[in-house]
Amino acid sequence: MTGLPRWLDIGVLPLVNLALALLAAAVVVALVGEDPLEVFAVLLQGAFGPGALGYTLYYATNFVFTGLAAALAFQARLFNIGAEGQATLGGLGIALACLSLETVLPGWLVALVAIAGAALFGAAWAVVPGWLQAYRGSHIVITTIMFNFLASGLMVWLLSGPMMRPGQGSPQTRLFDEAVRLPAVHDIVRALGFEAARSPLNLSFLFALIACVAVWVLVWRTKFGYALRAIGHSEEAARYAGIPVRRAVVAAMALSGALAGCMALNEVLGVQHKLVLNFSAGYGFTGIAVALMGRNHPLGILAAGLLFGALFQGGAELNFEFETITHELALVIQGLVILFSGALAYMFTPWLARLLLARNAAHA
Amino acid sequence: MSGGNGSGEARRAAVRLRGVTKRFGAVLANDDVDLDIPAGTVHGIIGENGAGKSTLASIIYGLYAADRGSMEIDGRPASLRSPADAIRLGVGMVHQHFMLVPTFTVLENVMLGMEGGFRLRGGEADIRARLEDLSRTHGLEVDPDALIDDLPVGLRQRVEILKALFRGARILILDEPTGVLTPDETDRLFVVLRAIRDAGGTAVLITHKLREVMAVCDTVSVMRHGRLAGHRNTDETTTGELAELMVGRKVGQTVRPPESGARTPVLRAAGLTWRQAGSAPRLQDVSLELRAGEILAVAGVSGNGQSELLDLLSGLADVQEGYVEFAGRRIDAAHPATPAELRALGLAHVPEDRQRRGLVLPFEARENAVLGRPERAGPGPWTSGAAMQAHAEPLIERFDIRPPEPRRPAAGFSGGNQQKIVLAREFESVPAVLLLGQPTRGVDIGTIETIHAEVMALKERGSAILLVSTELDEILALADRIMVLNAGRVAGTVPAEGATARRLGLMMTGASEGMGA
Amino acid sequence: MPELWIDVLTVLDGTARLAAPLIFCAMAGLVSERSGIVDIGLEGKLLAGAFAAAAVATLTGSPWAGLAAALAASVMLALVHGFACITHRGEQIVSGVAVNILALGMTVVVANALFRHGGHTPALGAGERFSPIALPFAESLREVPLLGPLYAELVSGHNLLVYAAFLSVLLVWWLGWRTRFGLRLRAAGELPEAVDSAGVSVSALRYRGILIAGLLCGLAGAYLSIAHGAGFVREMSAGKGFLALAALIFGRWRPLPVLFACLLFGLLDTVAPRLQGMELPLIGPAPVALVSVLPYAMTVVLLAGFFGRAVPPGALGRPFVKEH
Repeated sequence: MTGLPRWLDIGVLPLVNLALALLAAAVVVALVGEDPLEVFAVLLQGAFGPGALGYTLYYATNFVFTGLAAALAFQARLFNIGAEGQATLGGLGIALACLSLETVLPGWLVALVAIAGAALFGAAWAVVPGWLQAYRGSHIVITTIMFNFLASGLMVWLLSGPMMRPGQGSPQTRLFDEAVRLPAVHDIVRALGFEAARSPLNLSFLFALIACVAVWVLVWRTKFGYALRAIGHSEEAARYAGIPVRRAVVAAMALSGALAGCMALNEVLGVQHKLVLNFSAGYGFTGIAVALMGRNHPLGILAAGLLFGALFQGGAELNFEFETITHELALVIQGLVILFSGALAYMFTPWLARLLLARNAAHA
Repeated sequence: MSGGNGSGEARRAAVRLRGVTKRFGAVLANDDVDLDIPAGTVHGIIGENGAGKSTLASIIYGLYAADRGSMEIDGRPASLRSPADAIRLGVGMVHQHFMLVPTFTVLENVMLGMEGGFRLRGGEADIRARLEDLSRTHGLEVDPDALIDDLPVGLRQRVEILKALFRGARILILDEPTGVLTPDETDRLFVVLRAIRDAGGTAVLITHKLREVMAVCDTVSVMRHGRLAGHRNTDETTTGELAELMVGRKVGQTVRPPESGARTPVLRAAGLTWRQAGSAPRLQDVSLELRAGEILAVAGVSGNGQSELLDLLSGLADVQEGYVEFAGRRIDAAHPATPAELRALGLAHVPEDRQRRGLVLPFEARENAVLGRPERAGPGPWTSGAAMQAHAEPLIERFDIRPPEPRRPAAGFSGGNQQKIVLAREFESVPAVLLLGQPTRGVDIGTIETIHAEVMALKERGSAILLVSTELDEILALADRIMVLNAGRVAGTVPAEGATARRLGLMMTGASEGMGA
Repeated sequence: MPELWIDVLTVLDGTARLAAPLIFCAMAGLVSERSGIVDIGLEGKLLAGAFAAAAVATLTGSPWAGLAAALAASVMLALVHGFACITHRGEQIVSGVAVNILALGMTVVVANALFRHGGHTPALGAGERFSPIALPFAESLREVPLLGPLYAELVSGHNLLVYAAFLSVLLVWWLGWRTRFGLRLRAAGELPEAVDSAGVSVSALRYRGILIAGLLCGLAGAYLSIAHGAGFVREMSAGKGFLALAALIFGRWRPLPVLFACLLFGLLDTVAPRLQGMELPLIGPAPVALVSVLPYAMTVVLLAGFFGRAVPPGALGRPFVKEH
C-alpha cells in the first residue's frame, strides 16, 4: 500500500510515528514547564518499576481486547468506533448472568455463562449497526457512535433503577459472589508458592492472549478471514469470488463486538466484581489507537497494547511525582499516536522512501 | 499525415496539434499525433476503445499535459496547465461523466465559478438572462430552475453544453456524448451541434459510432492504437473506408479446421433485458446458446452491452427480464443465482477487469489462485498455506507465470502474468461453461499465443466458451460463431467461417445488419 | 392558565439555553460536512474552546479575551483536522477521533499546569463571564397578557451567546445559500470535480469550511464555560458535540431543520429532569435516562431509512484527488 518494503512499512513506520507523537508530547511537557526526560523517566519507572508490571498488564488487557475489536472490523474496511458501547453491553451480559445464576449454578459454570454473555451482548450491540450498514446503507461510523450513547443511557437507566443494588443510592449492582469472579494473578501465583505484588491483573489477560491467537488464526488461517480480507481490499473482487459480502460484514461486526464485549471480563468479572457506570472509561477509543499502531496485526496489537498499558499505568504515577503533569498526558500521547499513525500515516512515506533510495544509491 | 482536406483551400484551424505524445506508464496513449481541426465545422474523432481519443481530448482541454508536442488554439500557441487555461482560450468540454452537481438547479450549475459577485442575488438576473439567450440561439431549451436530479440524461447533457457555452466556449469537445442518449435525444443533440457550427463555433465529436460521424460531422480524423490513421471529409468517404481505417487491414482469412457436427447446448439465455435503475436498457432482448466444445464470441465496440452480459451470466447482476438455463437450473428475476452457486454448477469466469475484479492485488499469488474456489484453499473452514501452495505451484508451472513465486503479491506481477494467474485459476477445473472477458487485453504478444493455445485446449476438452473481446483478430482466430452486439442488441450472429473484419466492423458500428446464423 | 403559560415559557427558556451550544456545533458540522469533510471532532473542538475561554477569562478577567482564546483553540484543532484530511488526504474519521482524544487530554493537562485544581479552572466572577442581558422594556411589558411574559421570560434575559447562536443559523444559511462562497462550498461537498473543472480550488474551499467550523465550535465552547457556566470542568462537553452531529443528520444538513432538531433535542434535555419521579401511565416511573438518549435513537432510525432518508452530501468523506 505504501510502496515501501515490508520491513519498513511494518517495522519502522510505526516507530517513526510513535517517536513523532512522543516528541510532540515532549513539547507540551516542556511548555508546561517540566523536563520531558524526567517525565518520561517517571513514566517508565511507573510502568515497569517494582509492583507496577501487574497494573501495566491489567491495562494492556483492556487495550488488547478493544484493539483486536477495531482491527478485526478494519480487516473488512469497517470503522467500528462503537467499542465503548459494546464493552458496556458486555458488562451487562456478565452482570445479568452472575446476578441471576450465581445462586443456582456452581461458580465456574456461572463464570463460563458470564463470559459467553459478555461476548454475546457485545456482539448484539455491534450487529445492529453492521446490519444497518450492509442492508440499509447507514454509515457505520455514525451508527456506532449513536450506539455508544444508547448503551450509556441504557446503563444509567438500569443501574439507577431495575438493577440498582437494593438499599443503596449509587448507580451500581451488588457485588457478585466470590465463586464467580475471575481469579487475580497474584492469588494464583501465591497459591503456587511464589511471592507476587497485589495488582488488578487477573485471568482475563490470559483470555486476551488467547484472543490474539484466535484472531490471528481467524484472519489468516480460515476461509472466513480470507473473505474479510478480500472485502477489505476489494469489495468488487470479493463479490466476483462469490463471497456473500453483506453477510460477511454483519459477521465481522458481530465478532468485533464480541471482542469489545470481552473487555468487560477484565473490568467487571475480574476487578470490580459488580457493574458500575462508565467502566469502559474510553478504553474503546484507545483500541483504535492500538489497532492503528499495531497495523491491525495481533502481534502488533499486543505490542501496542502493552505500550498503552505502560503509558496509562506510568501516567498514573505522574500524579504523585509532579504537581503540573497528570496521567491525562497519556491521553495526549494517545491522541497524537492516532493522528500520526492514523490520519497522517503516510505523511513521511515519501521522505522515508527517498531516504531509503539514497541509501541504496550510496551502496551501488 | 497531412490534412486531407479535400477542398484544397486551407481552412483556418481551430485546434492544431503537432507531434503530441502522451504515455501512461507502459502504454503509449498518443503517439506523435498531428491534427488540424478546421474552425467552423463539426469535426469527428473516431476510433475503437483505447485508440487514444479521450486522452487526446483531455490534452486539448488541459486535463493532461502532453509529454511532447505543441498545440495552437485559434492560431496562437497554447500551453495549458489546467482546464481553467483552456476555458480562458475558449475551449469547452462535455465529459462522459457529467460535471453537474445533482442537488443544484440548472442555473446554479451554470453559474458555478462565474457567479458575478459575492452575493448571488447580484449577478443572478444577468446570468439568467444570458442563459435564456444562449438557450434560444442554440435550441437548448431547459428550465433554469429545474433540479439536475430531476432531469433526464439528455437534458443534463444540454446543461453541460450550456455551461461550456456560457463560459465562452467557441470550441466545444464532446466525449462520447451519445452513449447515454436515446436515438431521439441523439438526433436533437446533432441539431444543437449544427447550430453551434452555424453560429461560427467548432464542435469536436469524439465517438466510436460511424453512423454518427457520417450523420453530423463535416470532417473526421480516425485514430488507431494511439496514432492518427487518417483524415477525411465525410462527404468524400464511406463508412466502409472509415471502418477499415478504424479496425486496421491486417486481418486476413484464417484457415480453420473443419468443424464436427452438432453439439449439445450447455447454457441457454433468452430475452435478457437489463437496465440500471431509471436509465435506458444496457442490454435488450439478448438470446444466446452456448454449446459444449464450442466458442461463441461476442464482438462489439466496448460499452455496447458486453460487460452487462457477462455480469448477468456470471450472477454478478440479477436477471431482470428473460431467463438463463444452465445445468438444470432456470435463473430469472424470481429465481436469482449467486456467483457462488453458479460456480458450484460448473461456471468459470475470467472478468474483463482483472485488477479490480479478477484479483485481490495485495493478496499473494497463491491466495489469488483460490479466489472464488474456497474448496482449494484448505480443508473445511480452514485455509492452509500448504494447500494453496500445492494448488498454485503446478498452475504457475503450466502457465509459465513469472516470476514463479507463489507468495509474491499479485500487485508485484506484470500485467500479462497477472492475467495468467486469473486464467490458470479459471481454466484449472475444465469448467462446463467458461465466460472469457478480454483475455488478452494489455498482454504481450508471446503470452497471447500461450493464452490462445490454452483456450483452444479447453474447447477440445468440451467446455462451452463465451468469448468477449474487442480484438477482432482474436475473435476470428478463436471463435466458431460470432455474435455482434450493438447498443445492447444482437446485431446478428454469423459463423466464423467466412466472416471478415470488415463485415464485422460494419455490424459493430451499426452500419449494417448481419444475417441470422 | 397564566401559570401553565409561565411553565411552558420556563421550559422553552431552558430549551434555548441547552440548545445554544448544540446549535453552534451543529452549524459548525453543517459547514464542514457541506464542504465534504466529515467532522466527528466537534466534541473535541467544543471542549478545547470551553477550556481556553475559561482559562483566559480567569487569567485576564475579560470574557472577551476568553472568547478570543476559545476561537483560537478551536480553530487550531480544526486546522489539525484540515492538515490531515485536506492536505494529506488522511482518513477523516480517524483524524476526528484523534482531535477528540487530544482535546480531552490537553485540556486537563494544561488546566492542571495552570491552576493545579484537579483539571478545573477556578470559578469565574460576574464580570469575567457573559451575563444575561435584559432587553429594553422587558420589565415594563411583563404585565401585558401572554406576549408580555413571552418577551420578558423567553426572549429577554439570555446572555449574548444565546442570541449569537440563533444568529449563527441565519448567518450560515445566508453564507451557504445566498453567496458565491456557499454555492462553491456546497458544490465541493457534492461533486468536487465540478468545482475543480470550473477553475476553483477545492482545497481552499474546504479549508475555509473547516475554519468556520472551528470558529463556531469555539463560540459553543465559550458559551459552556464563560456564559452558561462559570468555569471549566473536565469533560464538560459531555457528548454535546456528538449530539450536535446527530442533530445535523436529523436535520438533513439544512440550516433550518437542523435548528429545529437542536431545539427538539434541547427540549428533551429540559423536560427529562422534570419527569424525574413522575409516574407515567402503563410505563410506571419515567425512564429519564432513556428519554435523554431519545435523540440518538431517533437519528439511528432515520439513518436506517425506514421513515424518509437522510442523504449526506455526495462527496462527504471522500478526499479530492486532482487528476494529472
